[in-house]
Amino acid sequence: MWRQWIPFWQPGLSPQSGDVDLLFAGLLIASAVVLGLLFFLLTLFCVRYRSGNQTDREHRVAKSWHWEVGWTAASLVGFLGLFVWGASVYFEMYKTPADELDVFVVAKQWMWKTQHPGGQAEINALHVPVKRPVRLVMASQDVIHSFFIPALRLKHDVVPGRYQDLEIEVDRPGQYHLFCAEYCGTDHSGMIGEIVAMEPADFSNWLAQQAPSSPLAAEGGALFRELGCSGCHGNGSKVRAPPLEGVYGRPVPLSDGSTVIADDKYIRDSILLPRSQIVASYEPLMPSFEGKVSEDQLLRLVMYIKSLAGRSS
Amino acid sequence: MSETNYLTTDYTLRSWFLTTDHKRIAILYFASLIFFFFIGGAAATVIRIELATPQGDLVSSDTYNRLFTMHGIIMVWFFLIPSIPNTLGNFIVPLMIGARDLAFPRLNLMSWYIFMLGGCTTLFAIFAGGIDTGWTFYTPFSTLYSNSYVILAAAGVFIAGFSSILTGLNFIVSIHRLRAPGLTWYRLPLFLWSLYATSVILVLATPVLAITLLLIATERFFGVGIFDPRIGGDPLLFQHLFWFYSHPAVYIMILPGMGVINELISCFSRKEVFGYKFVAWASLAIAAVGFLVWGHHMFVSGQSLVASLVFSFMSFIVAVPSAIKVFNWTATLHKGLLRFDAPMLYALGFIGLFTIGGLTGLFLACLAYDVHATDTYFVVAHFHYIMVGGMVTAYFGGLHYWWPKITGRLYSEHWARAAAVLIFFGFNLTFFPQFILGAEGMPRRYHIYPPEFQVWNVLSSGGAAILALAYLMPLFYLGYSAFFGPRAPANPWDAPGLEWQTSSPPPEHNFATQPVVTRKPYQYNRNFQAEPQNA
Amino acid sequence: MPERAAFAPQYASVPHRDNTAELGMWVFIATEVLLFGGLILAYFVYRHAFLQGFAEGSRHTDIVIGTTNTAVLLTSSFLVAWAVEVFSPDTARLSAWLLTGAACLGLFFIVLKGIEYSKEYDEHLVPGVDFQFAGPLANGVQLFFIFYFVATAIHALHMLIGICLLTTLAAICRKAPTARHHTALHSAALYWHFVDVVWIFLFALIYLPGRSSS
Repeated sequence: MWRQWIPFWQPGLSPQSGDVDLLFAGLLIASAVVLGLLFFLLTLFCVRYRSGNQTDREHRVAKSWHWEVGWTAASLVGFLGLFVWGASVYFEMYKTPADELDVFVVAKQWMWKTQHPGGQAEINALHVPVKRPVRLVMASQDVIHSFFIPALRLKHDVVPGRYQDLEIEVDRPGQYHLFCAEYCGTDHSGMIGEIVAMEPADFSNWLAQQAPSSPLAAEGGALFRELGCSGCHGNGSKVRAPPLEGVYGRPVPLSDGSTVIADDKYIRDSILLPRSQIVASYEPLMPSFEGKVSEDQLLRLVMYIKSLAGRSS
Repeated sequence: MSETNYLTTDYTLRSWFLTTDHKRIAILYFASLIFFFFIGGAAATVIRIELATPQGDLVSSDTYNRLFTMHGIIMVWFFLIPSIPNTLGNFIVPLMIGARDLAFPRLNLMSWYIFMLGGCTTLFAIFAGGIDTGWTFYTPFSTLYSNSYVILAAAGVFIAGFSSILTGLNFIVSIHRLRAPGLTWYRLPLFLWSLYATSVILVLATPVLAITLLLIATERFFGVGIFDPRIGGDPLLFQHLFWFYSHPAVYIMILPGMGVINELISCFSRKEVFGYKFVAWASLAIAAVGFLVWGHHMFVSGQSLVASLVFSFMSFIVAVPSAIKVFNWTATLHKGLLRFDAPMLYALGFIGLFTIGGLTGLFLACLAYDVHATDTYFVVAHFHYIMVGGMVTAYFGGLHYWWPKITGRLYSEHWARAAAVLIFFGFNLTFFPQFILGAEGMPRRYHIYPPEFQVWNVLSSGGAAILALAYLMPLFYLGYSAFFGPRAPANPWDAPGLEWQTSSPPPEHNFATQPVVTRKPYQYNRNFQAEPQNA
Repeated sequence: MPERAAFAPQYASVPHRDNTAELGMWVFIATEVLLFGGLILAYFVYRHAFLQGFAEGSRHTDIVIGTTNTAVLLTSSFLVAWAVEVFSPDTARLSAWLLTGAACLGLFFIVLKGIEYSKEYDEHLVPGVDFQFAGPLANGVQLFFIFYFVATAIHALHMLIGICLLTTLAAICRKAPTARHHTALHSAALYWHFVDVVWIFLFALIYLPGRSSS
């Protein structure tokens, strides 16, 4: 990659972490230079102008526009340069992920539950294949947590009441710490996990070896029937409800004239707050499932509805 | 001393607890603050002992969480925010402006009682069982999940907020209206510019904290969901409201220190502060721009990209006036006549430590690096460098500088210099390793941590032991000086400010006749002798 | 024992003391602006998120009481302004009556507010106390009413403090007013007018959304 031509740049464990480390090095060097200059001047002045030392103290200056404007401008230019640098790397880190491998993460006091689409679930651990972007869809069951992988120089808060996307990509196999970085109560210190990055073949083997469990989408299908969703949204229902086949990822016209794309958040909100966005030409009849369904179950329902995307209504 | 001074006019308890003399009120605050400092420091001691080992072996998780919360709440609201303004400020401001007292002396006394009420309420919350939300009270943990005395602790802080507001109000009005004849704004010592800027923040930011605390107390007490995502409430709204106050609050916790440094650097260089007007306006700029950067605490919270960009940009802008000050102080030393008494050692320590703290603030303002460093020990080290390495160091410097004026006694320079050096050394050993811990990814508020972090934690705890000892030293030699030290002359440092043109200690009404100011501050003649402002 | 001085030692004259006190009151009012401002900011954030819910909630407020209260407060402010205008040690009795009138109007405001609160209690609109609201807008309506109760309660507390101030000053004006009380009266009037202005904002934010003619 072109980055290898930048001196001091080392590839990190993810595509962006090398850039973050370079930024850190830059900040460190800039700080060392400023601090070094400051300490040098302070020491010089303290030695040369100490009381008892005969030296030239004539023509003392109390102000100088040149110096003031000079060091103000220099500071401003330096700081703005750092701002631009930091912002540009930030854009890279948080760009909207492409739909690659999905993993669902539920944060709760005081553990991380991760779930692969095939249903393989882990507690306080996450296995990923190397060199492949993984899109984490994160939700919190209770308070604010924060998903932090120091090795990747990446973190994001997981706030209750919303889904948070985060793309991670690990470039070298190994085990890396996962920490909760937002204080969340008694066992905040205990909310430690590990990210296990494996070669693709090993990862497939690992997936296959997990305790047999149904894919999340299939479990979502079962929930869809248990909770009575198919009573209105299924075939042969007497209630007229918007069909869900093929809805995921497509635009949905709403009763107030606007259009919204049916993404994960839309599905989740439709289950919890069904009357906040009514589909055009339908009655607001759907009951809310707030309090009746957990974040785990919501993720499975979302996966199920997503799996209907291939079919058309 | 043959004449009476403010200490000797009356010895009764009533004359102290019902005083309206700003100097006695300053001493009341000083005594209270020593008390709160040691309580906050005790919490820190237990924290650092616990953190010396990776296991949670000294205290349980619940206890640890209460300890760091208590440390934060007490140190921020009951020590740092009132520190310089309510002790040195209360004592020195009227003297520096040539007035007989502040504008509203009874309000000043009420301010202290309100502060004590708030402090007692918070202490009651702590000893009843404590609070475990962190000093930041983030929702929904604090409102829906914490099983601790959140409302009581929030009430204590809420009450103390009124004390802050009244102090700020008193300073603003006094500086506007009670300046002696001839004391124009550009003849004010820079300590007053800094306190003025601090007071503006106190007055405008604290009410927002009040309403925020009121909202979380309402949510907890009445069971209503203001920040509850289950009824559509937004936990991030709490963060915006909280940090809208708390970021300017950190400028309350550094501006007064910067103000003191102006006085120390000029007196012990026998030279006026370089670039007076730039430094004066930089104080106001820090206060103003400081209201516009709060979102830098929320870069990883889920706020919008645009918001993060704006807050990062503004955070870099706010660093500029601070940089200007550091350069100006350094330039002040050039061609000065430097003496290294204890106040000067503290001032030099401040410049170094504040600069390190400020530079690491740039790391955190930088969006991409903050993603890694936020909520880690990097932040903890950053703010301790500024609040402790900066503000507390400046406080000690100012305390030593004005000690002869306040007590009428001289302290032991030998012990004071030893303490200053030990504080500097202990401080760096305590907090520098924490930058490394943060860069390596150790999160905040963890008392159980992976073993690879232990070596830096042990260094930090070792430094804390030295620092604790160093902070105890002034208690002894200053305490001794207060009762047995040699009597101080009116102007032991030969400084030109108005406060030095009256006796040490000052008489009850500060000046026999009101001074008339004829000069700019910090003037020294060719022989490095002070030229008083009112000569 | 020397006579009590006309002004404290840090002041040079009575006018000096008086305009210092006035500056103090303005600074205090600035802090109050930020207090209510923070609350109103939170209101706007939620109103933006729950536009229909807030409009619906507003339609359940009692605009008759709200408007009456606004008229009551504006009248009381007028009386206070009049009291300050006519004040002098000779005409103090008139000022006293005007202040008493304003305080009574303030009390009337509180009484009306209490009636309004009890009506809302009966309609199950008090969040945290058996709040019930059917329909999809319940969350927005609940957040609206949380804001409504918090804001009007804090406002009412400020009103009570103002009523005490006005009553105390009315009593002083009847007994032994001196020129120094002019400043106290002026500062109290500033406070009262500020509380009135806050109400005008709250009235617009509470009673008017959802009630426009369209």
